Amino acid sequence: MPKAATLMQQARRSLTIACKDIRIYYSKGPVIIFGVLFPVFLFLSYTIGRHLNADSMIPGLLGMTLFFTATSISPIVVPWEAQARTLERLMSCPVTIETIIMGDVAASFAFGIGLSLVPIALGLFMGISISSPLILALAIILAAFCFASLGSVFSVPPTNIPATVNMIASVVKFPVVFISGVFIPLSELPNWGQAIAYVSPLTYFVDIARHSIQGGGHIPVSADLLILLGFTALFTLAAITLHRRTMPRRI
Amino acid sequence: MAMQADDVLAIEVDGLIKRFGQLLAVDRISFGVRKGELFGFLGPNGAGKTTTVRILTGVMEADGGSAFVMGHRAGSLKAKQVASVVPEMANAYTDLPGWNNLMLMAELYGVQTKRARERSVSLLQALALQDRKDNLVKTYSKGMKQRLILCMALISDPDVLFLDEPTSGLDVQSARLIKDLLRDLNKNGKTIFLTTHDMDEASELCDRVAIINEGRIVAIDAPEKLRMATSRMHSVEVSFDDAVPADSLAQLPGVNTVKKWGDKYRLYTAHPGDLVVSLVNYSCSSGRKIVSLNTLAPSLEDAFVHLTEEQASDA
Repeated sequence: MPKAATLMQQARRSLTIACKDIRIYYSKGPVIIFGVLFPVFLFLSYTIGRHLNADSMIPGLLGMTLFFTATSISPIVVPWEAQARTLERLMSCPVTIETIIMGDVAASFAFGIGLSLVPIALGLFMGISISSPLILALAIILAAFCFASLGSVFSVPPTNIPATVNMIASVVKFPVVFISGVFIPLSELPNWGQAIAYVSPLTYFVDIARHSIQGGGHIPVSADLLILLGFTALFTLAAITLHRRTMPRRI
Repeated sequence: MAMQADDVLAIEVDGLIKRFGQLLAVDRISFGVRKGELFGFLGPNGAGKTTTVRILTGVMEADGGSAFVMGHRAGSLKAKQVASVVPEMANAYTDLPGWNNLMLMAELYGVQTKRARERSVSLLQALALQDRKDNLVKTYSKGMKQRLILCMALISDPDVLFLDEPTSGLDVQSARLIKDLLRDLNKNGKTIFLTTHDMDEASELCDRVAIINEGRIVAIDAPEKLRMATSRMHSVEVSFDDAVPADSLAQLPGVNTVKKWGDKYRLYTAHPGDLVVSLVNYSCSSGRKIVSLNTLAPSLEDAFVHLTEEQASDA
């Protein structure tokens, strides 16, 4: 079969895996708790009683929602499937490890995009206006893919216990939220805080959200997008390369 | 074993090696399975059976040697496309109905929707699952799950079917349904690679069997030939009306081994006819009456035990 046809075939099968993941995993406890409830409560605990206006609140809420939801399914699917003994069946199907991983990433990507509409709708209801909706849409797509790939990297260690993977993910996810300008805009952070913020991919997404909703960010939008693209490529490559090594060891 | 021409072999394994750290799980094994053959792969726990199946089905990579399925390198997309597996420890997706599991597999194998539906209906019918197809798999019994996994493996109409202990721990009805289906599939030309612990199952179903022990193939032949090749394993089963010391039976001419078998003794010999005469003489001389006396040909299990023990003593 020509290479392009094989690629198309594998892409279709990846989509099949993504649909299966969404159907099975979106309602699982860890996904609901770590992907939906936790960021909402975290945000509420920060904002209640602080009389913040919607323009400054929604970019942070959007960034945190997208980050938590897009990293909620992809870390748990592989260990869950290994534990439930469905992974071996999947690996023996005519799909590559890349196809399996990209399917898991696509499920997280779709879940992240779907739930990111909630803070946007909330913001619109509260009267915010989006000055550059296309750029915001592009950023959401890019960031959802970036975070979903990062989520897949979390599940690389060959443990088949989803709770262990969630613990590993939480060790990274919570500090990332605090250093990425979600609660305090980058421009209000001290220099050392900004230096730390630049190593987080979430920083660049929140900055684009502030550009689009508040009308101004800290970094040029084109730089935000390029850096986000770089993080996406890095995480995707890492997820595929590392899972190729560890996935057979889960069986 | 001499390799056959490529176009005759469905599975071709040559010098396959797999290590797990210091453990050599598969030690340079070579064998061929002919197209349309029902091939049994027997061995004790930890012998390397499942590892071999995992390499052949592309779940694991070998550390050395080569393996081909229908002429395609094992683990390649082409090899996976023409084969299917019922893994030993696998499960269906328990949060999906049986029907959706089948459709999922069909999509992963690129089976067209109309064809997938038709095949699903006939497979569910053949394995008595049609009434439960819309129920979540988590509500299925173990036997029903295993039958569904077999349906999932067959949805793509594979040329080669790998089954790793498919009837292990199943109820009689499920095991019989699976065995009947395997016979039908084999009759229709499918190549079947079956690992099993059940000697009767192997003897009943397989054209040839390979016995693997400690990662090495000990013997490959037809079950009947393997049985007969172990002529020393003929036995005479005898019981007396009074207790008999095993030592006195072991001293009878031609007895290789004596094993207590419930209230009976099983005496292994190469010459069962002569031993029957000796036992009758022993009965007269010792004043004990024979309650029952049977001559037994070696079972595949005897052959298996004999060959694996022989390999262990050689080592």
